[in-house]
Amino acid sequence: MAQNNVNDIQDHARLFHQDEYQELFKAKKEFEGGHSPEKVAEIADWTKSWEYREKNFAREALTVNPAKACQPLGAILAAVGFEATLPFVHGSQGCVAYFRSHFTRHFKEPFSAVSSSMTEDAAVFGGQLNMIEGLATSYNLYKPKMIAVCTTCMAEVIGDDLQAFISNAKAANSVPQTFPVPYAHTPSFVGSHITGYDNMIKGILSNLTAGKKQEATNGKINFIPGFETYIGNLREIKRYADLMDVNYTLLADNSEYLDSPNTGEYQMYPGGTKLEDAADSINAEATIAFQSYATTKTREYIESEWNQKTYVSRPVGIRGTDEFLMKLSALTGKPIPKELEEERGRAVDALTDSQAWLHGKRIALYGDPDLVIGLVQFLLEVGAEPIHIVVSNSNANFEGELRALLDSSPFGQNATIWGGKDLWHLRSLLFTEPVDLLIGNSYGKYLWRDTKTPLVRIGYPIFDRHHLHRYSTYGYQGAINLLNWIVNTLLDELDRNTIIPSKTDISYDLIR
Amino acid sequence: MTPPTDTLTPPAATPVNAIPETKALIKEVIEVYPDKAKKKREKHLNVFEEGKSDCGVKSNVKSVPGSMTTRGCAYAGSKGVVWGPIKDMIHISHGPVGCGYYSWSGRRNYYIGTTGIDSFGTMQFTSDFQERDIVFGGDKKLLKLITELDELFPLNRGVSIQSECPIGLIGDDIEAVAKKAAKEIGKTVVPVRCEGFRGVSQSLGHHIANDAVRDWVFPQFDKNKKEGNIPDSTAYDVAIIGDYNIGGDAWSSRILLEEIGLRVVAQWSGDGTLNEIINTPSVKLNLVHCYRSMNYISRHMEEAYGIPWLEYNFFGPTQIAASLREIASKFDETIQAKAEEVIAKYQAQTDAVIAKYAPRLTGKTVALMVGGLRPRHVVPAFHDLGMKLIGTGYEFGHNDDYKRTTHYIENGTLIYDDVSAYEFEAFVKELKPDLIASGIKEKYVFQKMALPFRQMHSWDYSGPYHGYDGFAIFARDMDLALNSPTWSLIGTPWQTTEVAA
Repeated sequence: MAQNNVNDIQDHARLFHQDEYQELFKAKKEFEGGHSPEKVAEIADWTKSWEYREKNFAREALTVNPAKACQPLGAILAAVGFEATLPFVHGSQGCVAYFRSHFTRHFKEPFSAVSSSMTEDAAVFGGQLNMIEGLATSYNLYKPKMIAVCTTCMAEVIGDDLQAFISNAKAANSVPQTFPVPYAHTPSFVGSHITGYDNMIKGILSNLTAGKKQEATNGKINFIPGFETYIGNLREIKRYADLMDVNYTLLADNSEYLDSPNTGEYQMYPGGTKLEDAADSINAEATIAFQSYATTKTREYIESEWNQKTYVSRPVGIRGTDEFLMKLSALTGKPIPKELEEERGRAVDALTDSQAWLHGKRIALYGDPDLVIGLVQFLLEVGAEPIHIVVSNSNANFEGELRALLDSSPFGQNATIWGGKDLWHLRSLLFTEPVDLLIGNSYGKYLWRDTKTPLVRIGYPIFDRHHLHRYSTYGYQGAINLLNWIVNTLLDELDRNTIIPSKTDISYDLIR
Repeated sequence: MTPPTDTLTPPAATPVNAIPETKALIKEVIEVYPDKAKKKREKHLNVFEEGKSDCGVKSNVKSVPGSMTTRGCAYAGSKGVVWGPIKDMIHISHGPVGCGYYSWSGRRNYYIGTTGIDSFGTMQFTSDFQERDIVFGGDKKLLKLITELDELFPLNRGVSIQSECPIGLIGDDIEAVAKKAAKEIGKTVVPVRCEGFRGVSQSLGHHIANDAVRDWVFPQFDKNKKEGNIPDSTAYDVAIIGDYNIGGDAWSSRILLEEIGLRVVAQWSGDGTLNEIINTPSVKLNLVHCYRSMNYISRHMEEAYGIPWLEYNFFGPTQIAASLREIASKFDETIQAKAEEVIAKYQAQTDAVIAKYAPRLTGKTVALMVGGLRPRHVVPAFHDLGMKLIGTGYEFGHNDDYKRTTHYIENGTLIYDDVSAYEFEAFVKELKPDLIASGIKEKYVFQKMALPFRQMHSWDYSGPYHGYDGFAIFARDMDLALNSPTWSLIGTPWQTTEVAA
């Protein structure tokens, strides 16, 4: 019997490797109508070839394992960054179940969002009744200070008009007239989750700041994170601003929402940017966005409607962080404190200590555009060589910016940018032109299995490792974290490759 | 066909006065709803009273907009549950990128195969609709992508087209594309109209998925039969229907069925193949685990092919034994004798599990809220460990599920259909169960309330939970959740307010 030891109960990871299950699997094959092992091996080999790579890259209609999600996911991540804000997704309800599960699996935190639960009748008659009823119900049940509405592809295809629906819902007393219900149209067939983030931030800011423009500035700097899933990054930005004595507003600060303490009491809306602070962001000195492609429309809006300067600064690696601090110093006149200089020195010290293990290492990476640019900045400054860069939600501006960055370093010369491509393309790249290391989210584990390329998990989602999102990738401390993850993965791999006694273990060194 | 008779004796009944109290709680909880929503919701909440023929709640109707339901959609029911686990087919998420992305590898439907070569279960194939596809229609793109995928994945045995919301709205003719594509690639191509806005939950998606099997797969069995070309069968051939092999559940079930002398010729759909599905109408009995998702196809096979079906329950030794006997009773004495042998064989294992874990779990109370089967089927497994169920409800159960639930629960159990996050939290605060057994979206809400929690959709990345081998893991997991020392860390030693755990 399989569970023959009650003190060593075996779950799936071991249970099914016992003889009785192995026999079961063998017997089942009789009914499966499968291919011969030889045929499977032959095709498996073929998928590793250049010929296959060419076929793979020739596809025009099929997408396999893309590294991008759809707009509303980003929109609701933006929404929960504001004080007591309930995201309301107008459309069919299954989407919200998916969004909530996805975020919950990554952050291991509750994530609240409601849907207007549109069904066939709404497909025919439009979703206005769902909006009227839905806003009233969620307002009464979940007592938010703001409800941020975005759409699914269903609502977009039938052409529901959020502005009209919300104002009709207010007229029907679903929520008080003065209650903020910002909105964003977030069709899933345009852009990706980063587009949705951008649209929602813009929707919320334009709602909250309407009529709040003052003559004088409030002396603050606005920060907009973008589709940021590292709680540590938001905390690090705040710490830096505090150390520099900069008066700031972090817009869409979801760091407490996505990392709330366990006190034995559940709070639905921990933390978030105060609505009055968000409303006053129109009067700030300037806005710094930490991602460019997740804030494009928002920055355009801020520049044109608020008449406020915006900047993009990615505080990744040493130089990226330097630039951010200098930008902040230039904008505020505040000096960069000694303490940060010391932190910088420690991070540089760590990089120089490890550089030998990184120099010339060939790296493949994938993820959102801004994440990828930040990582490339870091890799270039430690002497690693980006080789394959896959970005499913790419665009021409991004590719131009990334190319310029790569061209600025001798270590970027061998890189190829694969915009609009997916992880099945990357699989071909890894087989035909192998690299030393792969950087990306949890979905990369399938590439790790197939190609044996060691994987460093950086990005979103990370479902299969715990708590990485609590760390920072920004700032000098973030540089040490990136270094730590990357160099120690390489060292783990080296150990794994030198572990066979009397064969490879001559290099199984104690000191690295 | 009737469900299996229950041999179960639940623990001592709740005091009678609990019923009015719990009814008063329901009234209090729904007070906060706007009138219209309140009228709707009060029909979905009740207290089970012994002797009643169902749980006294309305079900399978549209969720209240804005109420934070845990329900998914028809696409989730078809692609995520029924079709997705068929391992040797490629299931296209047809439409924008999101649905396929969010349902990618989310359900732990274990399978054996070489992913990307002859198996495709943990991959995402999508037509990644862009604005132009919405405007001009996606049929051409669909046809093209099917030929592309067949070239890149030549060992696929077939393709299914899982429609996302826009497909039905823009009026694409995926049936015509399926027929054309099937001719071009010479394989089964199944169009599934499981757009997310159809119906009120994932439940309709299960039904639609079943209908697609009936209309697009079974004709191949019919053709083979007509041509005298069906596989050899035996008197002991059965199919496992409605086991998605979460954490290997279908395997820890299959092993028991084979041990009692039956021949499992098809697994639906966890670790299943197209070939197994095609050949299923040759079996002598369909064994249905998840009744909610696959009763439709089982009824169809009964009508069209005269195959009887039986709902069984492999959670916990009491129900496993009852189910094995019930299953064996449909066969001859050899099988019946073997069933007794198998039950006896596992007795020592079961006794050891209960002896170890029941003392740590006895008397602990549980609130359940899962999808469409487990709100009743796992109850006896808790009872086997001496635990007591105080509340249960389905995300997307139907009236017949609530009728069947009465076999499993005791007087005074709180029943909540399509419970909203607000209601669930309010009930839990009042009833203070020792353990919540529900899904990922609920997990951290209750853990923040210092309540032990297990995910009962995914077994919290553990499993299997089915069968005798699974029960041992189930017992271990409930113990590790309930008796973790981490719960006692939540309150600080310097604060006076007590936390629930």
